[in-house]
Amino acid sequence: MRRAARALGELAAVLFLVSLGVFLLVTAMPGDPAVMVLGEGHPPEAYDEVRSELGLDRPVFEQYLDWLASAVTGDLGTSLVPPQHEVAERLLLALPVSLQLAAMALVIALAVAIPLAMWSAHHEGGRIDRAVSAGTFGVLSVPPFLAGLLLIMVFAGGLGWFPRAEWARLGDGLAANLHHALLPALTIALMELAQFTRVLRNDLTVTLREDHILASRARGRSPVRVLVSDALRPSSFSLVTLLGLSVGRLIGSTVVVEYLFSLPGVGSLVVGAANQGDVPTVQGAVLAIAVFYVLANAAIDLSYRALDPRIRRSHV
Amino acid sequence: MSEPLLDVEDLRTTFHTPRGDVHAVDGVSLRLEAGRTLGVVGESGSGKSVLGRTVMGLVSSGPGVTVSGRVSLAGQDVHALAPAERRRLWGPRVAMVFQDPMTSLNPVKRVGRHIDEVLRLHLRLGRREARERTVGLLRQVGIPEPERRAGQYPHELSGGMRQRVVIAAALACGPDLLIADEPTTALDVTVQRQILDLVASLSRRSGMAVVLISHDLAAVGGRADRVAVMYGGRLVESAPTSRVFGAPRHPYTGALLASAPRLSAAPHSRLPTIEGRPPDPADPPPGCRFAPRCPRAEAVCRGGAPPLLDLAPVGGHPHEVACRLPLEAESTEVGHGR
Ligand SMILES: Nc1ncnc2c1ncn2[C@@H]1O[C@H](COP(=O)(O)OP(=O)(O)OP(=O)(O)O)[C@@H](O)[C@H]1O
Ligand SMILES: [Mg+2]
Repeated sequence: MRRAARALGELAAVLFLVSLGVFLLVTAMPGDPAVMVLGEGHPPEAYDEVRSELGLDRPVFEQYLDWLASAVTGDLGTSLVPPQHEVAERLLLALPVSLQLAAMALVIALAVAIPLAMWSAHHEGGRIDRAVSAGTFGVLSVPPFLAGLLLIMVFAGGLGWFPRAEWARLGDGLAANLHHALLPALTIALMELAQFTRVLRNDLTVTLREDHILASRARGRSPVRVLVSDALRPSSFSLVTLLGLSVGRLIGSTVVVEYLFSLPGVGSLVVGAANQGDVPTVQGAVLAIAVFYVLANAAIDLSYRALDPRIRRSHV
Repeated sequence: MSEPLLDVEDLRTTFHTPRGDVHAVDGVSLRLEAGRTLGVVGESGSGKSVLGRTVMGLVSSGPGVTVSGRVSLAGQDVHALAPAERRRLWGPRVAMVFQDPMTSLNPVKRVGRHIDEVLRLHLRLGRREARERTVGLLRQVGIPEPERRAGQYPHELSGGMRQRVVIAAALACGPDLLIADEPTTALDVTVQRQILDLVASLSRRSGMAVVLISHDLAAVGGRADRVAVMYGGRLVESAPTSRVFGAPRHPYTGALLASAPRLSAAPHSRLPTIEGRPPDPADPPPGCRFAPRCPRAEAVCRGGAPPLLDLAPVGGHPHEVACRLPLEAESTEVGHGR
């Protein structure tokens, strides 16, 4: 109980620092918001007026506290550029797109990597193993934007199996939604998939040499059972660590892929707003991304405990 | 003569390594009757573990390994079976206990599940039944509070307790043969005796045959009916335990006995050790493998491999020795030597 309270406290502290960082960084962005709002060629007094309207004439720290106070109530201000929507509203429309892409990518990556790694490790040193190793290495050397372009060219362009530059919300029906999400999600998944496969395969080959695996085999358990229920879990610690690290990369590739496929996610929102100097929107979107990052890592931290009974006690 | 439970004929296990072929087991033949205990003794690297694993079929011909010869277990040719059929023997017919209890349990699996899942796999027990049987087995191998222990993870148990768990998992399906590969090497001396006594009493109670592998002749002493001495992948002597201790015929066995620590010896006194190093399994010496270290060796020993011959008096238990110049037997039994 006390540990849970402490973990929550730490989480709150991290989120506070993150919000401060986001605010300061975005405030330091080049460009004057007042110019963005009014356009060029107005008298200086007009700009001053806008600045004081936006609260920009006050000390930065005061501005921050103000922003934070409304942010925790869900009010992230309004966009500077017309149409001047609420930032929170725009985020609520964009977030599901990005979250769905990232989640689907993660699921695809794991669903392919885990069986592939087991298959490969089972045939360690054999032809299958070498083919998987070469294939994943090849995929790793292709950056996501290039992979995305290739996939678009082949599957959306040449074959015409998938739409591009369109999005269908879940409300439009699951089939349509998945049809639109599959190609971009696959693009994001490719690199993670290759990484996951390699890391898990290596850990599996080490585990498979351990005595308890031989002992389990000696009790008559089949190779598949040995792989799935004896070897996988003790081999998955590095994979989980990698999962934590890959959250950041996942966000990065999602931004790129949204831009590439012109999808209305948080990534496109940030890129668009940053180009227009729309400070509140950038702040809100970056904050959302940062919060997601912190929460995802906290969840991964928890899953360690579930995976390894040995650390459950040593962390009391 | 009745069919023995285990009949091994000219078994050879060769690993094909980049350094060359390693003849880890090189022509071993042995028999074991139901309910009996055979001690297999030899230095590190003599091929005991590989012999045990090949007998069981855990090591079989495949990429990098060639197994030849025959292992017959209760009339079944282990190496001729399809993999799935062979697995059906592991648990109900033959089981194995390994050297290091710290590593032979899965660290992320509860103790009870190691046993539980074997029962469900081979005996097709339901969840409840398997759990009850597991607790019973843990109690049988002398684990206090078996219900609580079953729910713990391996790291919460001591080494001796873990080896008891391993033994319980091995015995879960009532095998006819237990192959115990140095089951106590990694344990404290007092625990060693407890574990060996446990195996002996379980064997007596259920009529289970045991192959007790050890590098320590003394540990096997009071617990085996027969002892087979391995050197460089081959058997050099195989005889009833009392004969091995009382009247060893192979110079290597003699040297092992001389180097064994005695309780009567003064503390910290130096033990006589065997000069030289064990043979390189990738490049063994021609002829008798022990010849380079043997004080009695003559030219004839380096010629060809000495055959394993029975030197026992007529009608006695076989006393097989692979030596051209064996040690003298006691006076009463002389006359049947070479
Ligand atoms: N998988 C393998 N590949 C190549 N060589 C092997 C393999 N397994 C065992 N060997 C070799 O076979 C020989 C016999 O090994 P084994 O493990 O049976 O010895 P041992 O008598 O059990 O020794 P110890 O007392 O140390 O357990 C050794 O030289 C070892 O290096
Ligand atoms: Mg060994």
